[in-house]
Amino acid sequence: MSLLAEVRLVAAKDLRIEVRSRVLLAQVLPFGAIVVLLFAFALDPDRGILARVAPGLFWIAVLLAALLAIGRAFAVEQAHGARDGLRLAGLDPASVFLGKAAAIVVQLLVLEVVLGLAVVALYGVDLRGGAVLLAAAVAATLGLASTGTLYGVLAAGLRARETLLPLLLLPVLAPVMLGATRAFEDALDGATADAWPWVALLVVFALLYTGVGMLAFGPLWEDA
Amino acid sequence: MNATVAGADARTRLLPKGLGRAIDALTLLAIGALLVFGLVIAPPDRFQGDAQRIMYLHVPAAWAMYLAFFVTTLASVLWLVPRTRSMVWDRVAGSSAEIGLILTGLTLALGSLWGRPVWGVWWAWDARLVTTAVLFFLYLGLLALRAIPADPTVRARRSAITALIVFIDVPIVHFSVNWWRTLHQEATVFNPELNPQIEGTMALTLWIGVLAFTLLYLSLLDRRYRLATLEEGLAERELDAAIEARVAAASGSAS
Amino acid sequence: MSEPRPRGFAADRDASLPLTPVSSVVRLRTAVCLLGRFPALAGLDLDLDAGGVVLLSGPNGAGKTTLLRLLAGLLPLHSGEATVLGADLGVDRRSHRRRLALVGHDTFCYDDLTVRENLRFSARAAGRDAAAADAAMARLGLEPIADVVHARLSAGQRRRLALAVALGRDPELLLLDEPHAGLDAEGREVLDALLRDARAEGRTVLVASHELDRTRALADREVVVRGGRAYPVEAA
Repeated sequence: MSLLAEVRLVAAKDLRIEVRSRVLLAQVLPFGAIVVLLFAFALDPDRGILARVAPGLFWIAVLLAALLAIGRAFAVEQAHGARDGLRLAGLDPASVFLGKAAAIVVQLLVLEVVLGLAVVALYGVDLRGGAVLLAAAVAATLGLASTGTLYGVLAAGLRARETLLPLLLLPVLAPVMLGATRAFEDALDGATADAWPWVALLVVFALLYTGVGMLAFGPLWEDA
Repeated sequence: MNATVAGADARTRLLPKGLGRAIDALTLLAIGALLVFGLVIAPPDRFQGDAQRIMYLHVPAAWAMYLAFFVTTLASVLWLVPRTRSMVWDRVAGSSAEIGLILTGLTLALGSLWGRPVWGVWWAWDARLVTTAVLFFLYLGLLALRAIPADPTVRARRSAITALIVFIDVPIVHFSVNWWRTLHQEATVFNPELNPQIEGTMALTLWIGVLAFTLLYLSLLDRRYRLATLEEGLAERELDAAIEARVAAASGSAS
Repeated sequence: MSEPRPRGFAADRDASLPLTPVSSVVRLRTAVCLLGRFPALAGLDLDLDAGGVVLLSGPNGAGKTTLLRLLAGLLPLHSGEATVLGADLGVDRRSHRRRLALVGHDTFCYDDLTVRENLRFSARAAGRDAAAADAAMARLGLEPIADVVHARLSAGQRRRLALAVALGRDPELLLLDEPHAGLDAEGREVLDALLRDARAEGRTVLVASHELDRTRALADREVVVRGGRAYPVEAA
């Protein structure tokens, strides 16, 4: 089987499980939405702060929800020894990595669209710079999913995984948080020329960690 | 008996015993010299007064921090390359990361103590500060991972891989934070007004500080390495005992 | 690739693997395998030749499950030597997996997928086609519940599914861990037939079981595992 076919097999499996179980729709999405709502309690909506800091709040909500989605992606493999079954299958670990990361990308993009609409409506944001927003969101999501899949498998077999995953993942994602927020801010300010370098940073991050993931996922996947 | 003890002793050490002792002595000497130069001989700063003396600890601590993390990265690569794979590198990587994390904490704490009298705040959103803070959490995660018990090879492999993931992130964090802070506001910390040209006794004191912290790092690394080998030796002995106990218990119950 | 090989060596094997006589399927020498810090296998020796059914007996906690998982390449070898299907597990515990199947206590299946979807996924992932999965499903009598999701299956149905997953992989080496547990009388008949067929087809089967009489009737050999070590039993 070619790498692409294996990737598609794994990604389709994960997405089918998600469609059946609806954990993303029923739990992760509402979690992100309540975070968006809570920000309004923390930053008084009447003072106009929310619209100004909307990009940062949006990405924090996405980041927190992504932690749940990544945890879920590996919890699925943990039940009934499915992970052992997948390892026994003898798939190329790189395709397991890419397949699981691809499924996370799809889920996060859905999450971002819904949370994005919520932020626009609730915080009163004027939507501008669509191309930049789209490019930044896709690049940031790729970076999130690749690092998340890498650390997800690392933490998956460990007893303290729920607490270890955020500790490992969030510092590594600092540049993604920064780049995505700045790109969104510049795009919404109409300064698209300032935004593109940030998008480039996000793309570099995503490519780098996708490459690292394809190499490093195998040994981590086997060891747990 | 004595020969085997000596042999075991050599295997538990990173540096030969004599060299380790010499480094310990030199470390004490350099720290003494740093105290004398930093507190007595070097003149107070024209703008900052005595507060500037914190620099003689802060800058060397930051230097030693980078050295420690560089050694962690190098040792992790050496572990991952099959030709040079040895538990020596795993111990060096872990020991160095631990010392590096302490130095990072020290750098941040000293910077904060320095910042309070000079800028009037404990913390500023300066690019170097933010990068160092992220660095602290990156390596804190690595050490949390190392603390989880596992088969030694498994632990060594995932620690080495994580060390590389973290190391790759450092320049990206540095670059993005730098970009962020310089685009949006003037750099406040490394304002030339507040950091006049360092020369003469002050520069000499700073160099003594760098030497002292480098020696201190080596001394700590040697000790931490020895501790790691002794811990491993203990684990191996426990394993041998456990295997014996398991086999003995089984044959006892069978007869 | 075309270098001459001594006779009696597998012809279709990956040439990069070290050459081992085809008759040796498993060779363990003082194998130690750790679960955390506990030596679940404490210096175990075992030799298995190709073909035949071998019963693995021994009390609970003796290390039978660990042994099977080690052979499947799921656990790292701490020390000693282990060669399975020509692969040195100390170096590579992945490349031989496509040629074996393990039926463990778990089904290796996903709760939210149906029986058919689970079987097809595992067969495809192992490089087989959907037809192999469907054939295995028919063999275990799972067709009536083909579209039921795994989460809704009874314990007995899950045992049958686990066997079907293994069968769908068409393995040379079949590792069965307590395959009788949870099976009803009819299921046990099916299992016995599977074991007989597997032997007739020249597969090597290692069965860890507490159903001693039932399995002994089918087995060519018995090995007792006790305290993390293996002791051969003369053919009954």
